[in-house]
Amino acid sequence: MPPKSSKAELTAVAVVGVFFIVILPCLNAYVPAGSWLHVSDFTINVYGKYLCYALLAISVDLLWGYTGLLSLGQALFFSLGGYMMGMYLMRMIGSLGQYHEPIPDFLVFLGWSNLPNFWKPFNHFVFAMMMAVLLPSVVAAIFGFLAFRSRIRGVYFAILTQALTYAACLLFFRNSLLMGGNNGFTDFKFLLGYNLNSPATQRGLFVCTALSLLLAYLLCKWITTTKFGKIQRAIRDCENRVLFSGYSTANFKLFVFVLAAIIASLGGVLYVPQVGIINPSEMAPDRSLEAVVWVAVGGRGTLVGPIVGAFLVNALKTWATRAYPDLWLLFLGAMFIFVTLFMPKGIVGLPAQLAALKRRFFAPKPAAPKTLPAVIERTRAIEQRPVAKPE
Amino acid sequence: MPRGREFILMLEEVNKTFEGFKAISNLTFYMDEGELRVIIGPNGAGKSTMLDLITGRTKPDSGRIEFGLDTDLTKLSEPAITRLGIGRKFQTPSVYIDHTVFENIWLSLEGSRSVWQTLFSRVTPEQRARIDDILKTVSLDGKAHTLAGALSHGQKQWLEIGMLLAQNAKLLLVDEPAAGMTDEETHKTGELLLSLEGKHSIVVIEHDMTFVRQIARRITVLHQGTVLCEGSVDQVQNDERVQEVYLGRKRREKC
Repeated sequence: MPPKSSKAELTAVAVVGVFFIVILPCLNAYVPAGSWLHVSDFTINVYGKYLCYALLAISVDLLWGYTGLLSLGQALFFSLGGYMMGMYLMRMIGSLGQYHEPIPDFLVFLGWSNLPNFWKPFNHFVFAMMMAVLLPSVVAAIFGFLAFRSRIRGVYFAILTQALTYAACLLFFRNSLLMGGNNGFTDFKFLLGYNLNSPATQRGLFVCTALSLLLAYLLCKWITTTKFGKIQRAIRDCENRVLFSGYSTANFKLFVFVLAAIIASLGGVLYVPQVGIINPSEMAPDRSLEAVVWVAVGGRGTLVGPIVGAFLVNALKTWATRAYPDLWLLFLGAMFIFVTLFMPKGIVGLPAQLAALKRRFFAPKPAAPKTLPAVIERTRAIEQRPVAKPE
Repeated sequence: MPRGREFILMLEEVNKTFEGFKAISNLTFYMDEGELRVIIGPNGAGKSTMLDLITGRTKPDSGRIEFGLDTDLTKLSEPAITRLGIGRKFQTPSVYIDHTVFENIWLSLEGSRSVWQTLFSRVTPEQRARIDDILKTVSLDGKAHTLAGALSHGQKQWLEIGMLLAQNAKLLLVDEPAAGMTDEETHKTGELLLSLEGKHSIVVIEHDMTFVRQIARRITVLHQGTVLCEGSVDQVQNDERVQEVYLGRKRREKC
């Protein structure tokens, strides 16, 4: 990317960042509810949710847009992060649950009277956060190691990631896993002593999410400028060449896969306290597919694209699922097809695409060659164009 | 066969079967250091499979493949073989279309290949000088900041050869470099390869006989996965077996 457009992008990100991190929360906190400038608690909550989705979208794009690995299972890592946060939040309910027991309600319901051992360390916030990084990393590392070592690429990789998230989804549906079964975790009360039902706590979470997204963006932005980032895109464009330049591409892909899992997990960690629930349906394959649509709509292979896509598609979803609940999925599918066919660079690439169209229709056409030798030369050039041969 | 110490590449009694199809059978091939060798052969003769075997993309069923004095290539992975100094140019131009010409060469320069190193390495002045040198060699100076995707077909092929030079490959394996090129580009490619002769050992696989005549000192003809004959251009062209394989001409005495 030429430095000029990169600078413009950073300026735009800085402006939008200040808007989300400072202005929106202030408008929510200090402008009285009647004023037209007031931002409601509901809006803060909804936008907070979108910001979490943007983290998931960035993780999809880091794999798909930058490394050419289409993962249809990123929501798994998002959910794993969410579950780790959820376990801590469940412990913070204390005895305030329906059964007034010191253990989570669903365990009482399943006939447990003591806390299972693996639940015990989740009384500590720091442990839960460590697990939110560790668990997705380990899952991604094991899966990635096996997949990349066996040179699984393209559509096979996509199908395998989808199978992985579906398998995890079925696993978490089981009550015997002691992770809440199909109801998952809900009815959270406190996070680090703050009441989750208070607007101030939600506002704090919103700011945390916006900050996390900004940091994730900056980290990815930095990576794309390093030699590593260039190798990442080289793998996307011509993996064989990278391999035959002496790089073990499997290691590079593994690194990106684990990093993407951590970013997705971070999104999940922040999502759960704002939405107030986590259950296995978050791992269902269609959640991951939706994330791919956000990235495609926003513009893959850019870092702003996924954020824009996550915001717009979800804003549209919020509106459409209320106005036309039956048509939403059809609409989502149609949007994906339209974007794939006509807007390969997504919304972010639209200005460049329009500029190219304008040039094509309004620019003077190059004069056709008139002399015979010129015509022969041109025909020959066309005939000798390389034909891609299968390897 | 006596084992000469000067061989840079040696294949002995190599066999490879793909699901019943014998792609390589009892292939024995020696190459001297600094030699430019052209391999020709009809479709399906096993030319590309031979390169796959040397570069570790596929493993032989039996036989020995050695590089230099005594490095057994059959046990190593592709990146490891590449790091030994064996560079391969693919049939279709394989360059990073979204990177500039400069970056293409930079990523190929020999040096550390670890993930951590690449996160923190920057272009050094020595690297910059080396890249400029390589770009001159492959006549792409002045194109350093062009995206590789915007190059012509021929220029992409040269860029890829430049990438092999950046790897500091001792042995270059070049698969059909002239395919799809104009006559002028083909000739220039020939000159480029000839200028590298001696400094590098080069194996060229080619179909275009004009091109072969331009560059070839010694030709190896492959047929049905084994060496049919070896020799100079004239020797090979006058060899009856070669004519038979290429033209399907029956020998007179058998008619």
